[in-house]
Amino acid sequence: MLHTLTVHAARDLLRRRACSAVELAQAFLERIAALNPHLNAYITVTPEEALRMAREADARIAAGEDTPLLGVPIAIKDVLSTRGVRTTAGSRILANYVPTWDATAVAKLRALGAVFLGKLNCDEFAMGSSTEHSAFGPTRNPWDVSRVPGGSSGGSSAAVAADLCCAALGTDTGGSIRQPAALCNVTGLKNTYGRVSRYGLIAFASSLDTVGALTKDVLDAAIMLRAMEGADTCDATSVDAPPIDVDAIAAQLPELDGVRVGVPEEYFVEGMQPDVERAVRAAIAHLADLGAHLVPVHLPHTHLGLPAYYIIAPAEASANLARFDGVKYGLRVPSNDLVDMYRRTRGEGFGAEVKRRIMLGTYALSAGYYDAYYIRAQKVRTLIKRDFDQAFERVDVIAAPVSPTTAFPIGERTNDPWQMYLADVFTLPASLAGVCAISIPCGFDSQGLPIGLQLIGPAFGEQRVLSVARAYQLTTDFHLRKPALTQEP
Amino acid sequence: MLSPEEVEHIARLARLHLSPEERERFAQQLSTVLDHAAALAEVNVEGIPPTATVLPVHSVMRADDTPEHGLTREEALRNAPQTDGAFFIVPATLGDEE
Repeated sequence: MLHTLTVHAARDLLRRRACSAVELAQAFLERIAALNPHLNAYITVTPEEALRMAREADARIAAGEDTPLLGVPIAIKDVLSTRGVRTTAGSRILANYVPTWDATAVAKLRALGAVFLGKLNCDEFAMGSSTEHSAFGPTRNPWDVSRVPGGSSGGSSAAVAADLCCAALGTDTGGSIRQPAALCNVTGLKNTYGRVSRYGLIAFASSLDTVGALTKDVLDAAIMLRAMEGADTCDATSVDAPPIDVDAIAAQLPELDGVRVGVPEEYFVEGMQPDVERAVRAAIAHLADLGAHLVPVHLPHTHLGLPAYYIIAPAEASANLARFDGVKYGLRVPSNDLVDMYRRTRGEGFGAEVKRRIMLGTYALSAGYYDAYYIRAQKVRTLIKRDFDQAFERVDVIAAPVSPTTAFPIGERTNDPWQMYLADVFTLPASLAGVCAISIPCGFDSQGLPIGLQLIGPAFGEQRVLSVARAYQLTTDFHLRKPALTQEP
Repeated sequence: MLSPEEVEHIARLARLHLSPEERERFAQQLSTVLDHAAALAEVNVEGIPPTATVLPVHSVMRADDTPEHGLTREEALRNAPQTDGAFFIVPATLGDEE
């Protein structure tokens, strides 16, 4: 049962020499070979690379070295550049792109001796909430393979839930770590904007993009953040914060005396699935049982998160994706005329959702609409950020649902973009405000599908968010439950 | 509701080739999103500054301009769809006649 190991449990085994990094990597590679054809969580599996890295890790372990990730099998969302390993961003336009450098987050894990198993499926350029917008086919939810795993980091959430890796890297621009974590019963931390370098991340919306991890528990979330955080000269928007104290998270007691937990009524809206509201309210009551003081807070501009995000993010995307022009990398559809070559390359290379967002962003930035849409959305963003600033004067963390529903059937929302966008209604405001938030398992609906609790903290408040989440996991077992699929040998 | 002509105008600005079927579908889908974005127009934002970044950052000079190893020519060209080994190749942008 090596594949069920968390990062910290795997390190304990490796440190005690109870297993080798090669044995560990082989256990995961066998499981990937057996289950990935059903789940489509990985776009690219790299067995040779994994075994080579595992042999190197074993040599370092034999030499007496010890790091938090030495020999631990990790998988990486396919929007993060990996030196020498194909990186597609889930897009046809990058189907054969092989980066010549690592993303900074990837390089840091590599230096610590992590073992890379492969690259994980996602919505094309991380634009989506279901992983159905991947040129490599949808990923399936391990809890019910007829349903989506969430998105855009759906390959990451499915891989962690099905034990196809110890932990996975993901990215969160508007909820792309938290929502799939909730839909697959795993732990997902969206870091404060700037805490982890974006260098080498294929850009979607640069003022919102964050790099983080999906893990099997909160302690692993702390370990992964500690491994990746810190200012980077290659990303001018990355910043140094006091490092995460992983030992303090490990030593957290199952009590929350004196912690003030804000409960925003704006996050319990009509139309959300009753089972979700029940489970999240029960989780909040559990925090109170642990000693937390519940405080009603108001985030009055919450309902504007969705419209503001779907102007700002597409606007930034339309600029970022201008680089895919059939010249320096990626697909080219030949033509004798340069502009025609651009248009045909992009028309054939991008999928429907990416084209929709480029169109939307181009419209919002075009002459006559720039002030009415883009600048106005940025002003509303200020109001949303002020909501959080004011709330965090009174509380330490805010507790809320992650997603208004549990995992929905594959195909249900692909023809109705606005319905798809609604999946992120509770995650977008924290992204626009740039604060940190974690999604942790807190229950199941009547059909046995997972539900997530969102704990939102102020900018650089990860230590507090992780400690509250850790106290919750010490006294609940939702995060330990596994889908039936993965109980097979 | 956006017209197919407006959609084609945006597609040209965005350097996207769309099929007639895509033009029609996007006209309807983009209009739905813009209808929801109308909620932004109902908010009083007088005196509210726009947020372009959440970080309290300002333009700063780099500490020092230290030359570092960058990509080799071979690395820079490795992923290009068409090269002659030294340069990216693109369709001619100027006519032969002038």
